[in-house]
Amino acid sequence: MSRTNGHHVSRFHGIWALTKRELKKWLNEPIILMMAILQPVIWMGLFGKAMNLGNMFQSGNFGNLSLPGISLPGYALSPPYTSGNVTIPGAVISQGFQQVLSSANFGPSIMQNIFGVKDYFSYFSVGMISFIALFTTMFSGMSIVWDRRLGFLNKVLSTPVSRGAVIFSKVLNASLRSMFQATVVLLLAAVFGLQVSSTFSVLNILGVYAAVFLLCLGLSSVFLALALRSTKWETQMAIVNLINLPLMFASNTFFPISQMPPWIQAIASVNPVSYLTDAVRQLTVLPLDARSLMIDFGFLGGFAVVFSIIGIALSWRYLTK
Amino acid sequence: MMSEDIIKAEGLTKVFNKHLTAVDHISFNVKHGEIFGFLGPNGAGKTTTINMLITLLKPTDGKASVLDFDIAKQNNEVRNVIGVVPQEYTADEDLTGMENIILCADLYGIPRSVAKERAMDLLKLVELTDFKDKKVQTYSGGMRRRLELACGLINRPKVLFLDEPTLGLDVQTRTATWNYIRTLKKEYGMTLFMTTHYLEEADNLCDRIAIIDHGKIVVVGQPEDLKHSLGGDVVTLSIKENTDVSDLIRSVEHVKDVKSENGSYRIKAEEGEITAPTIIEALRTKGYTVTKLSMTEPTLNEVYLDYTGKSLRDAEESVEAFRTQRMTMRRARA
Repeated sequence: MSRTNGHHVSRFHGIWALTKRELKKWLNEPIILMMAILQPVIWMGLFGKAMNLGNMFQSGNFGNLSLPGISLPGYALSPPYTSGNVTIPGAVISQGFQQVLSSANFGPSIMQNIFGVKDYFSYFSVGMISFIALFTTMFSGMSIVWDRRLGFLNKVLSTPVSRGAVIFSKVLNASLRSMFQATVVLLLAAVFGLQVSSTFSVLNILGVYAAVFLLCLGLSSVFLALALRSTKWETQMAIVNLINLPLMFASNTFFPISQMPPWIQAIASVNPVSYLTDAVRQLTVLPLDARSLMIDFGFLGGFAVVFSIIGIALSWRYLTK
Repeated sequence: MMSEDIIKAEGLTKVFNKHLTAVDHISFNVKHGEIFGFLGPNGAGKTTTINMLITLLKPTDGKASVLDFDIAKQNNEVRNVIGVVPQEYTADEDLTGMENIILCADLYGIPRSVAKERAMDLLKLVELTDFKDKKVQTYSGGMRRRLELACGLINRPKVLFLDEPTLGLDVQTRTATWNYIRTLKKEYGMTLFMTTHYLEEADNLCDRIAIIDHGKIVVVGQPEDLKHSLGGDVVTLSIKENTDVSDLIRSVEHVKDVKSENGSYRIKAEEGEITAPTIIEALRTKGYTVTKLSMTEPTLNEVYLDYTGKSLRDAEESVEAFRTQRMTMRRARA
């Protein structure tokens, strides 16, 4: 078989071939695909709808308010100054409260002030996109451990494919999957009653994709860098679990940062997940504020660039020993 | 155009974690168009050597070249001209046989139309055409091995590296695999570098072998020459009487060595078929009765025994030791 290998080996060719392999594995498996759709449904349905925060602040939920009467010394009131005590009957105070609480706007206006939207479902369902991006990227680290164990990685490394392509195809795969799932989440949320803001337009969806892509690029590189030398997926699982939960809870995915203690606020303010969530919310349920959206994208972009460079640099260093 | 030696290694060394020397200053050449085998027990350094040659590992010391491309400096050039059939089944189980081959082709940047044509040819060669659209998870061990072979050939390599090509295969499949390998050599004039710990495989398939033990090459040569170098055949016999007749046998012409073990004698002799009757004659004239007689030509196992001081089968049997060593190697490689 004498031959000359005249083909120019394009870097992109390898990336796409490897990405396609992963996507094929994913699409060929109807169960995995179903899970990708079911998981957000379950989370949105159970968590998003069950935690009906807005509804909590309603008169009925405070029970039969019977407040004690308040006695005040007469001289505290002005004027007229009377001696002796003046008592405001509890019933009067209770009635006042009831009036405020029974207003249909009370719950929503608390929600509006704290969460920025009128119902928790709208707040949370969009946060699901971050949640999904976080968990999809974590599997990209897992999959390289498997490729190593099964010998597939070695086979790929013995071909002229760039080492960076091996890593980047996994990053790309995680990003594409997350973007697909983001679409599913948005569609489902729309069905379940998502209330979009007045600034929402269909074009904003592209912004959502861009934000998801940037976060996945960075996060996936982090998880891959952690997994590069690992041969045990158990270790990888442990590391990932340790990182993922803090990333998720020390962010605005479930609750507004403003209500958190200062030290969590500090973590949340450097947590890229917060920036993705904020960007996605601004593009969908919150009124769009151009300046803060730019900050979100700036942070996500920086995060993506820094960590994907680190990931690719490490892959050069560590994939060949 | 190109030098006669396809692979050249000089003082090639790999040390893992600064203390585990897997390959210890080995030098060898592989000639154009030959099947060159690395024979040795598990953990001898065979896979480490292959991994260095296919650019997966960087040598700690020494150098090697494949088709005059330096394995350390010209990684990509080497990768372009070699094909690899790894020890493990590396095909993606979730994809079909065809998809796997096309994936390999894509990794080499082979245009789709060329790739499809080659894939069909290769599937025919390894007799998987009927199964090309079945997922690999439904394949048997032999089929997977053949698929690996097809993948390793997709870039039409000048040198094919096979790491334990018949590991874990049954006798029938093993023989079939040998035939594919012979076809590659005969019809395409391909150079093949393979590792094995099966003596029969090295004996049947390889033009030249290097026996490797504890990371060092102990001898290189053609299987026939190595066997002849031991000096003839082995005659084994027993006698009825309870007397030591070693000296008597030793006095027979052409007998080179006699060892007595539990009443039977292991005799090394040149031209056993002529010497054996002479020995029997000598014994009979002294009134001894020969009860058992057998003659074997020297096998590679004897060669192996001679050069490493232990039988390859013995080395195989110490499973525990082998496992521990393998685990250590795995960890070191990781």
